[in-house]
Amino acid sequence: MIKELKILFLFFIFSFLPKIELNSQFSRYSLKKLNLRRDHRSSWSLGDSVKEVKMIKAVMAINTQGKPRLTKFYDFLTVEKQQELIRSVFGVLCSRAENVSNFMEADSIFGPDSRLVYKHYATLYFVFVFDTSENELAVLDLIQVFVETLDKCFRNVCELDIVYNYSKLHTILDEIIFGGQVLETSSSEVMKAVEAISKLESSSNSITLVPKTVSGWRNR
Amino acid sequence: MASPSLMDTLFQRSLDDIIKGLRHQQTGESPFISKVVEEIRREIKSTDLHTKSIALQKLTYLNSIHFVDMSWAAFHAIECISSPNFSHKKIGYLAISLSFNESTSVILLITNQLRKDLKSNNEFEVSLALDCLSRIGTADLCRDLTPEVFTLMTSSKVFVRKKAIGVILRVFGKYPDAVRVCFKRLVECLDGTDSQIVSAVIGVFCELASKDPRSYLPLAPEFYRILVDSRNNWVLIKVLKIFSKLAPLEPRLAKRVVEPICEHMRRTGAKSLMFECIRTVVTSFTDFESAVKLAVAKIRDFLVDDDSNLKYLGLHALSIIAPKHLWAVLENKEVVIKSLSDDDPNVKLESLRLVVAMVSESNVVEICRVLVNYSLKADPEFCNEILGSILSKCSQNVYEIIVDFDWYVSLLEEMSRIPHCQKGEEIENQLIDIGMRVKDVRPELVRVGRSLLIDPALLGNSFLCRILCAAAWVCGEYVEFSRNPVELVEALLQPRTSLLPPSIRTVYIQSAFKILIFCLHSYLLQKENIGNDVASEVLGLKSQGECIGNSALVTGKAPACQEQDEGFTPRDPNKSYEDLSIINDGDGQTSALLEKGFTHESVINLLNLIEVALGPLSGSYDVELQERAQNVLGFVDLIKQEIPNHLVSKRASKIVDLVHDAFNEELGPVSVNAQEKVPIPDGLMLKENLSDLEAICGNVQLPSTISFSLGSPFGESVVASVSIPQSKEESETSSESTSLLAEHRKRHGLYYLPSDNKESLSNDYPPANDPKSSDNTNDDAQDLVKLTGQSLLTKKRTSHAKPRPVVVKLDEGVVAPIIAKKPDTNDDLLSDAVRDILLVVEKPDLGNPSSRRSKHRSHGKDKSRKSPDKKKSDEIGDHGDKGKQKSRHRHSKHKSKQRAEGPLNVVAQTPVIPDFLL
Repeated sequence: MIKELKILFLFFIFSFLPKIELNSQFSRYSLKKLNLRRDHRSSWSLGDSVKEVKMIKAVMAINTQGKPRLTKFYDFLTVEKQQELIRSVFGVLCSRAENVSNFMEADSIFGPDSRLVYKHYATLYFVFVFDTSENELAVLDLIQVFVETLDKCFRNVCELDIVYNYSKLHTILDEIIFGGQVLETSSSEVMKAVEAISKLESSSNSITLVPKTVSGWRNR
Repeated sequence: MASPSLMDTLFQRSLDDIIKGLRHQQTGESPFISKVVEEIRREIKSTDLHTKSIALQKLTYLNSIHFVDMSWAAFHAIECISSPNFSHKKIGYLAISLSFNESTSVILLITNQLRKDLKSNNEFEVSLALDCLSRIGTADLCRDLTPEVFTLMTSSKVFVRKKAIGVILRVFGKYPDAVRVCFKRLVECLDGTDSQIVSAVIGVFCELASKDPRSYLPLAPEFYRILVDSRNNWVLIKVLKIFSKLAPLEPRLAKRVVEPICEHMRRTGAKSLMFECIRTVVTSFTDFESAVKLAVAKIRDFLVDDDSNLKYLGLHALSIIAPKHLWAVLENKEVVIKSLSDDDPNVKLESLRLVVAMVSESNVVEICRVLVNYSLKADPEFCNEILGSILSKCSQNVYEIIVDFDWYVSLLEEMSRIPHCQKGEEIENQLIDIGMRVKDVRPELVRVGRSLLIDPALLGNSFLCRILCAAAWVCGEYVEFSRNPVELVEALLQPRTSLLPPSIRTVYIQSAFKILIFCLHSYLLQKENIGNDVASEVLGLKSQGECIGNSALVTGKAPACQEQDEGFTPRDPNKSYEDLSIINDGDGQTSALLEKGFTHESVINLLNLIEVALGPLSGSYDVELQERAQNVLGFVDLIKQEIPNHLVSKRASKIVDLVHDAFNEELGPVSVNAQEKVPIPDGLMLKENLSDLEAICGNVQLPSTISFSLGSPFGESVVASVSIPQSKEESETSSESTSLLAEHRKRHGLYYLPSDNKESLSNDYPPANDPKSSDNTNDDAQDLVKLTGQSLLTKKRTSHAKPRPVVVKLDEGVVAPIIAKKPDTNDDLLSDAVRDILLVVEKPDLGNPSSRRSKHRSHGKDKSRKSPDKKKSDEIGDHGDKGKQKSRHRHSKHKSKQRAEGPLNVVAQTPVIPDFLL
């Protein structure tokens, strides 16, 4: 019924697994190009409402049509603002050619000193926005870790998995990034936690299954 | 599974159903969503927590993917987290972390629930609560929950502990007093063996240190140990970031740390760590020759890499180091220039910055040539990026790097003709600025202006009209250098000028008027010469007026100027016309013009031309345009009546003389702080009654030669010098001429600046390049200014009310991009709260006997400030202050408890640092 392209992932496991030496080979990823667009209309200045600096400011997954599939902003923003930011990020993303660098100047969109790193996988862009306390290449690796974890979770992940597993996606992301800080860089650790949480969830759900049905009837 | 319609009526729809529904809906997304939201509003009120949580989950989904407002459901989210069921809790916490903020009113209601969950036995419940706190923690929440977080920091479960450490950042940020409780434990975590914990702590410290590095200097030994020992790249990157903040504060620390960093650079295979090392060295360790060399070598590896990410970062690193070690850029010149044509816009931009950084006095011509050629091929956006950086680089510090202004002016012309050029405003400013500052280039400027004005094709381009405006102004102002003024008038009045916006047409008309006056003036002079036979005298005066470009009124009073000497030479009765032309050769085509002269017919033709062209404009809807056209037409009328045939009435020549004088007064740059900088001359009482202006006036001309930067305390006296001779010579005309001047000012407001501004604007610059500096290197410029001061000073004095907007622009354009690179952007992001923390950090530490930090502190920095409860450590501190051994002894003793297994060399090394530090 719904045709979605399965995403093919090449996995180079490197980076942040503490035991494995980093040996980044970024060039092998399929990359999409961003254009440097300098519009100053929307600045997400953290200065407005003085908030604490977040190392990671936002994580987004946007498909190639510009539909957001996952959004997480580590500072509170109104939905209108979120929508605007996503739109402007996508505007720049889709104007970038294939095989150019994975960095994008985001100062005009997210305020000064922001950096944006993205990676293009088949029909999805994964976008991380962060500030000077992260290393660009390290965040690129982190995206890889994230996607890798998704792949482990969903066995050959595709956009559809991401569409339908909204809450699991957040569970995974929350294990990696905690309140704007990167806390876990090993996808196996993340997997361990996510599996435990899922188990706990389903067990708690199965208990309430009967009352739910009953109460469901009662309420109608 | 029942069909969706049955589900609709009988059962609550799950999130999956909503997603499916959204994907299959035919009616459009927003009606579907609003229907779902309606349904959610109903369901969420259910007393059954399961129904409620599902509804909340759906709402959360719609909120984060379809941007539906969910602030109204805040209370329901709180109900969900109070459920004993884990999945309800999870849904509730997710909703809260996405939708709550400081202004959510019900946020206070979650304190107890959070506390309960933080104390839960289930580590995942604890984790949910911690995550929530880290996202939405307010000052109140953080204050109330600090004890729980503190307890969790020693949790036996790594999973919980690392999150508790992570949440510290939020807690400190919101509730600085928490530092008193938690800081010590946080520092202890640095010694932990678990890499996850260390990674989390280092992350926290990295963030804290980025806000106020100085407070964390005492922890340098710990960081150093991690730098040397850790094999986790993520941790190493963070430690490097900390050190790049700390090193500039403490040179001895930098000396210590630079070697391990180089070691990492040599050893590591990870590009991210490599880049971080490079960045650390090029930002904070630029004084260490060998480290910089190594870093540059590594940068080169990045530059030649096929991966555009690495290339970009390599270029980026180069641009960080460029200001201090330009050789690094020059070494990689080829790569950098080649990158200009890279596919990647980031790479292009970065290499452009580097190319511009390489520009110097000696190579500016070549590099600009290369860049302009690139801009011809580039896409519009990048093209303008290139042009913008050329313009700002060249105008930097008042055209510091430009030696050949003729070249630069023609480069400006060339840039204006580049199809994508959108830098009209900047070019406009520079054309006028150069015209005012650099006298020798005026002939070339007029030539350029002419060729721009005369090209009808340029008139239609809206980006260029600003440039044309400048060209028109330049041609009008410096018309004496024009070969063919009549041609200029024709160009200024060509029919296609109707394409220009009115504001610019007014400048055109005014320029045409100036040129007309010039023509008439020359014509009348000619007549007089023939009639009077004192030709040389008049010519001398005339050339004087032209060469110096000064008001005849002023020059008459300032006979000491160098320029004037030149101008006066023709006075020698033996000198002939040819001599004059030879002398004037460098200055322009004046002589050629004079030789050609104006005939009566040509003047009449000119007047007719103006009349025809401006006639229609006298009915223009634009007020300014209409008025100017009317003025010129009125003048033309008047003159026509006065010179009906070859005879010229005295009155006509007087009128023309007056207007000419008014226009002839030169506009020049003025230093910013000129006023303050000048010591008030002894005889000058600024506040005194100005009745004896004449006396002051006599004084003025001598001091004025001192230097450019000594500028114009002569504000008042300038007026005097301008108006007084006039009033003496022709008392009747003076009022007329000044009123004309005033009118000119009023009309040309565009090019005038309020005189008060002028004082405050420009002295940041070294003296403006004066005419001579165009033949000299810039270093000499200032001396030259003094030498040739006189001409300039007259300029300065007369410039009393003259334009400075250009310089203002330049100021912004030049200084901003260069300084704005990075330095204090971090501070922008700092919240006041954090400063508070750090202030607080120091105090409790001093009072806290067991805090290691306070030991470092008291032992060095604050040795005089002994806190009573700390006598022991202070004693040690006082004694060991200068003696390395003691401090090491103390330190290692202190440490050995926590870190028994540290490698020997580390134990030996680390203690040294605090000594270095303090």
